[in-house]
Amino acid sequence: MSATETPSTAPAPEAAIPTSRTTSGPDLAKIVIGVVIMAAAAAFPFVVDDTATVRMVSLGLIMAIGAMGLNVLTGYTGQISIGHAAFYGIGAYITANLMIEQKLTFLATLPFSVLICAVAGALVGLPALRVKGPALALVTLGLAILVPTLLHKFGSSGGVALWKPKRSHLNSPVDALTNTQWKYLVPLAALVIVYVLTRNIVHSRAGRALIAVRDQEVAATTAGINVAATKITAFAISAAYCGLAGSLSVLVRGQADASSALAYFQMSIYFLVAVVVGGTATIAGPILGGLLVQILDEKAPDWSGNKVGMAPFILGTALVVIAYFLPGGILGGYRQLKAKLTRSP
Amino acid sequence: MDVELFLNQVFNGIGNGVGYAAVALAIVIVFRTTGLFNFAQGEMAMLSTFVTWQLSESMPIGLALVVGAALSFVGGALVERTLIRPMEAKGNPLGTVIITIGLFISMNALIQLIWPPSKAQSNPFSMPKPFPNRGTVEIFGAHLSWFTIWFVIILLIECALLYLLLQKTKLGLSLRAVASNQESSKLVGIDVGKMLMIGWGLAAAIGAVAGVLLASRTNQFDVSMMQFILAYAFAAAALGGFDSPLGAVVAGFIVGVAEALAITYIDAVDGIPIVVPLLLIFFVLLFRPEGMFGRKVVERV
Repeated sequence: MSATETPSTAPAPEAAIPTSRTTSGPDLAKIVIGVVIMAAAAAFPFVVDDTATVRMVSLGLIMAIGAMGLNVLTGYTGQISIGHAAFYGIGAYITANLMIEQKLTFLATLPFSVLICAVAGALVGLPALRVKGPALALVTLGLAILVPTLLHKFGSSGGVALWKPKRSHLNSPVDALTNTQWKYLVPLAALVIVYVLTRNIVHSRAGRALIAVRDQEVAATTAGINVAATKITAFAISAAYCGLAGSLSVLVRGQADASSALAYFQMSIYFLVAVVVGGTATIAGPILGGLLVQILDEKAPDWSGNKVGMAPFILGTALVVIAYFLPGGILGGYRQLKAKLTRSP
Repeated sequence: MDVELFLNQVFNGIGNGVGYAAVALAIVIVFRTTGLFNFAQGEMAMLSTFVTWQLSESMPIGLALVVGAALSFVGGALVERTLIRPMEAKGNPLGTVIITIGLFISMNALIQLIWPPSKAQSNPFSMPKPFPNRGTVEIFGAHLSWFTIWFVIILLIECALLYLLLQKTKLGLSLRAVASNQESSKLVGIDVGKMLMIGWGLAAAIGAVAGVLLASRTNQFDVSMMQFILAYAFAAAALGGFDSPLGAVVAGFIVGVAEALAITYIDAVDGIPIVVPLLLIFFVLLFRPEGMFGRKVVERV
């Protein structure tokens, strides 16, 4: 049973190498590109007038936040989860619930959602100390089904698993911004914060601990890393990100929904697709992946004459193909290509 | 306590459990040979079920079932050869998990693309019954359906054949050798790759039979049939021990009966039976990862 043992000889995914290389100070070109992307992203809802398009990109940003969370866990720490939509659901539920029952404003619910999800993530991380690899995937798969089922059973009123805050409470509090722009800029701001946070984590001692645990658990222990604490931290961070994504989804979708356990499972897989396609263990990869997944999910039915199953077919196949041919995802592949081009004379 | 109600629930549980047992058996065979959880096992069985249904339009169901299972054997072996093995060779343990998850999603979607659910209205997906499974047998006032009896018989035949194959043939010896230690098997000249393909093929064929039988139980089946069953089957495989075929079958029945009894007698799980297998997976993996019949894996550093 070779695969049940920790693959001690397994090389790290190739994407890990470029990540550590980027630590060597920011260069000007990168800063310029970053500023241009930021400006374009911020200007987007003011330039594009179509509400549906802005909404789609906004949901893509939210998907990206969730994927960045999963990336901390799966990409950097090597703990696979196919149930992170559970935290997304918890986050959405907390926000909707606090808005309805406690009359909080949307933004005021976010700290609660993030904190509670971090605690929930740490709790889920506990079994992960004993359960590894595919078995962990199985446990998290259970989580993706369990959470919406329980929310549906114990959190719904009269069998309806939809929580809708008053629409007016989700409207833009800033006069200068339309509702559409507000519902885009808030997720964008959240994404920027999450991006900076992730960058700092990954490039810190804690981040190197995550990577060490992924690459060689035993060696990490001997290097003085507390493997248990590191894994639990990774779970907490990833769950907090996904919870934030769930809360933001209430802002854009106007509701928290726990009616379909299978939808949660699918969402969890989509997070994974976003991570793998964008670039496992890269900071920006999941953003790219999240946007791609969301756009594909919304547009594929249109392209294929409303065929049921086209979007999951493309995404599922993309997951297989990318994992197979481009283990570093789009961003990892791009970096490899760049490295090859710059190295040759 | 109402004996009739209790017995009825036990029989219900056995009726469900035989399906869980069959799918769990497939999961365990893959795990034994390749050390992987095939998350796509349920959807592979679903695809086999639809193919068999298509075949049954033009041939008797018995023949369609045999052809369907044979095609599934080939399909399963191909998946191992073309997707799983090259990925394993890259030495990325997450990669193979991701591949089976990708297959899960894309196979389910592929079925919907080939056999659109909207078409079911004009031509419902109704599996012909491979055996006369109407009616019930009365035992102490409780009813045991013929379907369950037939399904159990077929599962037992499968187990007997599997036992004969594994324990009494040269091929079976090689299969067991590969399951036990791939490196050593290579050294004694066993074609490990072929054995892995056979393992995946066998699992796919067993899944196909399970899928067809489960589909024939109801008047109509649809593409989501296997998704929840997969959770139960994984629970059974975990409980029985992921490397024990016997454990998978026994645990399949235990999970089925436990579910039926829990729904009846524990109010908290009323309406959410899926909680039962999920909690079971959780606790078994946490406290006894080797299950009831499995071997304990000692980790070498």
